[in-house]
Amino acid sequence: MPTVRLQFSPAPVHVRTARLVGVAVARRAGVSETVLDEVRLAIGEACSRAVALHQRYGLSDPVLVEMTDAPEYTVKVTDRAPVVEAVRTVEDSALMELDPDGPSPDGLSEEAVAAEMALALLTGLVDDLRVRPAAEGPGTEVSMSWPLYRNGR
Amino acid sequence: MSMELSLSTRTVGDHTVLQVGGEVDVYTAPRLRERLIELVDGGAHRVIVDLGTVEFLDSTGLGVLVGAHKRLRAVGGRLALVCTREPLLKIFRITALDQVFPLYDSVEAASAGDAQ
Repeated sequence: MPTVRLQFSPAPVHVRTARLVGVAVARRAGVSETVLDEVRLAIGEACSRAVALHQRYGLSDPVLVEMTDAPEYTVKVTDRAPVVEAVRTVEDSALMELDPDGPSPDGLSEEAVAAEMALALLTGLVDDLRVRPAAEGPGTEVSMSWPLYRNGR
Repeated sequence: MSMELSLSTRTVGDHTVLQVGGEVDVYTAPRLRERLIELVDGGAHRVIVDLGTVEFLDSTGLGVLVGAHKRLRAVGGRLALVCTREPLLKIFRITALDQVFPLYDSVEAASAGDAQ
């Protein structure tokens, strides 16, 4: 049972709201203050990805964000885009490994760069990141967890 | 109108400095993109983007900065960034964009470094 459940229309303007709620719940749950910036960024990236997928497929369904504060802080962001495409996009991005000498942005569109950066940030910021088909219906669930360092206030 | 992003431009020597404040994300990044395109189209070729008061920057914002970097390079210009906050520096390291952008800790250092 999620502690806080949030649904928002798939529009960029609402991603900020999801970030703010996600960080507020994380702080309340007892996630270390030192990683709240990373929690905020990771939730934003996962929600932006979901919004982009809904817009690409013309889906008006809401994006679902579920936050659970035990035994660790877990945020699940679920989109409703066709699963094959969503998973393939992630895998394709994963194949575009960053050149250790630096990415060569000249070969990529701004959007493609952003998508690559989004994946680099998610994998770089979240130790416990899982991407899998949604439990019900079409869509993909991005799950991220952070340890709790103290009991909730 | 949005409270989440602030943009202001000034000139320092032969550099155009774009001071960015607030949150650069999937919603506000298009405004940053438009301003950078305006500057480059308006003839600014030595551009310093000062991220000193940016509280949040996501992958969309990074994509916009890479786009500006490419536009400036195409006209023989250069984009330098001013960034001191550790959370932002970490983002540039994770994405390896610290290998792409010259990062400085002040506008003065950026304009001096760019002159070399």
